[in-house]
Amino acid sequence: MDMSQPIGPTPLDARPDGLVGRGVDRVEGRLKVTGAAPYAYETRELRNPAYGMIVEAAIAKGRIRAIDAAAARRAPGVIYVMTHENAPPQGKKKEQVGPVLRGPEIAHFGQPIGLVVAETFEQARAAAALVAVDYERAEGRFDLRAAMPGAIVPKQVASPPDSSLGDFEGAFAASAVKLDVAYTTPVQTHAMMEPHATIAGWEGDRVTLYTSNQMLNRGQVSLASVLDLPAENVRLVSKYIGGGFGAKLQPQADAVFAALAARVIGRPVKVALSRQQEFHGSTRRTDTIQRVRLGSDAEGRLAAIAHESWSDTTVGDDFYETSANVTRSLYAAPNRLTRHRLAHLDLPLSSAMRAPGEAVGMLAFECAMDELAETLGLDPIELRVRNEPSEDPEKKVPFSTRQLVPCMREGARRFGWEKRGAPGSIRDGRWLVGLGMAAAARLNPLQPSSASVRLERDGTLTVRMAMTDIGTGTYTILAQIAGEMTGLPLERIRIELGDTLYPKAAGSGGSWGAGSAGSALYVACDDLRRQLAEKAGIAPASASFADGRIAGAERSAALADLAGDGIEARGEIKPGALNKTYSQYSFGAHFAEVGVDADTGEVRLRRMLGVFTGGRILNAKTARSQAIGGMIFGVGAALTEEVVIDRRSGTFVNHDLAEYHVPVHADIPSLDAMFLPELDDKANPLKSKGLGELGICGAGAAVANAVHNATGIRIRDYPLTLDKVLRGLEERESGAQSRRT
Amino acid sequence: MKAFSYERPASVAEAARLAAERPNARFVAGGTNLLDLMKLQVETPSTLIDVNRLPLAAVENTPEGGLRVGALVRNADLAAHPRVRGEYGVLAKALLAGASGQLRNKATTAGNLLQRTRCYYFYDTTKPCNKREPGSGCAAIGGFNRIHAVLGASGACIATNPSDMNVAMRALDAVVETVGPQGEARSIPIAEFHRLPGDTPQVETDLRPGELITAVRLPKPVKGVHLYRKVRDRASYAFAVVSVAAVIDKEGDRVGSARLAFGGLAHKPWRVEAAEAALVASGRADAAADAALAGATGQEGQGGGNAFKIPLARRTLRAVVADATRA
Repeated sequence: MDMSQPIGPTPLDARPDGLVGRGVDRVEGRLKVTGAAPYAYETRELRNPAYGMIVEAAIAKGRIRAIDAAAARRAPGVIYVMTHENAPPQGKKKEQVGPVLRGPEIAHFGQPIGLVVAETFEQARAAAALVAVDYERAEGRFDLRAAMPGAIVPKQVASPPDSSLGDFEGAFAASAVKLDVAYTTPVQTHAMMEPHATIAGWEGDRVTLYTSNQMLNRGQVSLASVLDLPAENVRLVSKYIGGGFGAKLQPQADAVFAALAARVIGRPVKVALSRQQEFHGSTRRTDTIQRVRLGSDAEGRLAAIAHESWSDTTVGDDFYETSANVTRSLYAAPNRLTRHRLAHLDLPLSSAMRAPGEAVGMLAFECAMDELAETLGLDPIELRVRNEPSEDPEKKVPFSTRQLVPCMREGARRFGWEKRGAPGSIRDGRWLVGLGMAAAARLNPLQPSSASVRLERDGTLTVRMAMTDIGTGTYTILAQIAGEMTGLPLERIRIELGDTLYPKAAGSGGSWGAGSAGSALYVACDDLRRQLAEKAGIAPASASFADGRIAGAERSAALADLAGDGIEARGEIKPGALNKTYSQYSFGAHFAEVGVDADTGEVRLRRMLGVFTGGRILNAKTARSQAIGGMIFGVGAALTEEVVIDRRSGTFVNHDLAEYHVPVHADIPSLDAMFLPELDDKANPLKSKGLGELGICGAGAAVANAVHNATGIRIRDYPLTLDKVLRGLEERESGAQSRRT
Repeated sequence: MKAFSYERPASVAEAARLAAERPNARFVAGGTNLLDLMKLQVETPSTLIDVNRLPLAAVENTPEGGLRVGALVRNADLAAHPRVRGEYGVLAKALLAGASGQLRNKATTAGNLLQRTRCYYFYDTTKPCNKREPGSGCAAIGGFNRIHAVLGASGACIATNPSDMNVAMRALDAVVETVGPQGEARSIPIAEFHRLPGDTPQVETDLRPGELITAVRLPKPVKGVHLYRKVRDRASYAFAVVSVAAVIDKEGDRVGSARLAFGGLAHKPWRVEAAEAALVASGRADAAADAALAGATGQEGQGGGNAFKIPLARRTLRAVVADATRA
């Protein structure tokens, strides 16, 4: 099936009380909480693995003059030490996956420069510290702001880096009300619980990697390129994944190293990144500098919107943060401009992190909207309502669905938005209290995906696809879809994911996982229903499936009785014309209440609500988990999360979870998310849209806007740490004092 | 982690003797700090002397009306002790402001006294650090030093002591009891226990080689309102940017007596008795802050340095004094 036509009525529409949508508990939940679900590093499929520990560069730029691994080679238990001097030949870089140990050049601090393989983890780690490296140091560039003048127009990825419509400069200059502000966002790290980890083993010229990876088919192709093998000789298995958030879209050094070393020593090798290594040896979200200009008339109707973004990545890579892409579709204005520029720095590779583009773009843009509303004396919701577009303002096509205004209205009602006061006007003891809101929007993509289903002789159903569940609940929603389509109870459905031996699937990323994989399964089940109807002698159109049976007007049969030696069906979904003829986004609205300590400048979230639309909700519980998880990411982005770059050494200073502050439970006292009813018949046959990233989009901006409402202080440099708030409090107080005197 | 030998002595005397005999030996109790540092090879002891089975886990009343807290009393247990909760509130509050529940269950009283700095550069063995590698330099100076010292720093080291407990102990005039390699007992007032960095930031305490902490003695309770205010970057599981331990007693409308100590400002818990006297004399928190923060200097550094800690400490003290003296 390809999505060239809107979807008509489907079996999922027929049963509003069916399995799909229900808040079913995770089907693999018991395995996980009892420790019986093996994650990559724990897999016992490959016997007697040796342990690899990565050696990292201690400088950010320069070259290795000499590397002395003699002491490491002599250390207890050491089997093999791989450096650029003895690393096996490798093929070409593919996607963002590169060969390792190609030569003596150092491109960033923490770059993997060797692997020590030993009998035990402890031996490998101790020996890795014995590798002595003599460096020739060179001056590096680590500062995006300093690199802005030389920033380039990045290569086009999915959409062009620049866009313009009408005459922005002219319209902006002529606007009655103008806003021209710059926001900065810092480097962030994914901080998923499970680090990158791989066990690799060879049989002849075929390698199997038990690894923690979000997109197995893409990883298979890129690893095959790096290992110089045909793709079919590379098998990736990822049954359970402890979070990814984009860090595991591509295989990292653990996978390449494990595969190379295992081949050399003729024995499986397992490699994991340490938590500290995750910061430099994996990927990061780039820092950004963003300029937003808004021009409106006195009533708040936007005439001109410009959003420009600068980001950086490592030398030789093309990734850029698409911060302004969402701005192209958000609000109406006849004159528009967006631009992305890329600087190459001597820092680790930048890549996708939960909602690449929107997550940081909306931190800037949705605060700029708040600033404009305040300048105009308008309610921020009203400003957005006045600029609600009737179609996508740049693509000039209709939205498949767009319920931004209903989300804002419903959220305002539920949150008590009317209690919001003037900036700095509400106090609760030592706390300055403020409310803020922001819109949420996230592109809804569909990726090619396929699935097989097999009705077994015993009447159970086996689903197979190379899809992954990165902790989002994919196993569960797929079981629900299969269950509702076939009328089989969940306990008779077996979902087998995470293996490139299975039909190719989209994997988990970009909020497309559930829609893409779920649709492939839907199509496969649809075909199975047709086959079963034929076998039962029931007209397919009149067949219904429930309680393990197929029923028509005159007869019915148990599926188990029709299964024979088993019935197989396959399904495939592809994007079609509808993602060009319609603009497809998930939407929502965030509402946050914060307290700001009037003495210390500490900001604490008090409560938060997100109201979203995401087409059909496949599982009320896992959907809500995704939404609130994204919102918590947003709270972290607003208030605490920053990978600090030492501008002298190119080192990420706070490279552990003690000093890189993700929110802890105490930071999230009261948080809720809800969904408005919606079906999107242009998105996919499930009529669902992506939710994995929507929750983060705009969430941090709502928090930052609440900080402003609490204090009257506008901080445009994320995160809003207490030192920045304190500066504002002191300035405000000294201003008040000088006004008094 | 480097290979090390492991000893589990049966007595306090043997533990101290072993520690003096073995070069580069370290005691280990909860291990919540030491083991992390060993994994990173920031600490590379040749011998670990496990003191967990020594009989040092009791909390006892002293004849003077105080408390004697065994070196191995876990932070969680100490915070929950009825007399600590009731009579040494500043200590209970400081303990509960620290780390996480899991860590407090493991971490010990003596271990907390010896907790090492959280300076990023101390943790990064690719960077110079006079504390980790004497004579190598200080990467925090001119680096990212937002969490570093504004008082008592030296050209060799600008690190801070990260402990919450220590700040309360300083306010309470705790006394550290030790046993030396020859079995000799010694009492060290907390004021003399932690050192400023000077030219030897690697020497953090007054302990002598092999000397083992056996207990911390608390004098009889200090009358007044006990408060511990920890200013931090997130609501839990973060080290203090600035903290204030205070015991303030009112006499009528006046401040009758005050104990004030600061965390997050220096290489040791920072207490200036003149600041307490200033508060008693004037009743004004700002007068106390003037005295306590005399000579405070912000570090220049990336991201704006740490000068903000000076007004932050002043404001926090103001808030604490206001809380303590509110009618």
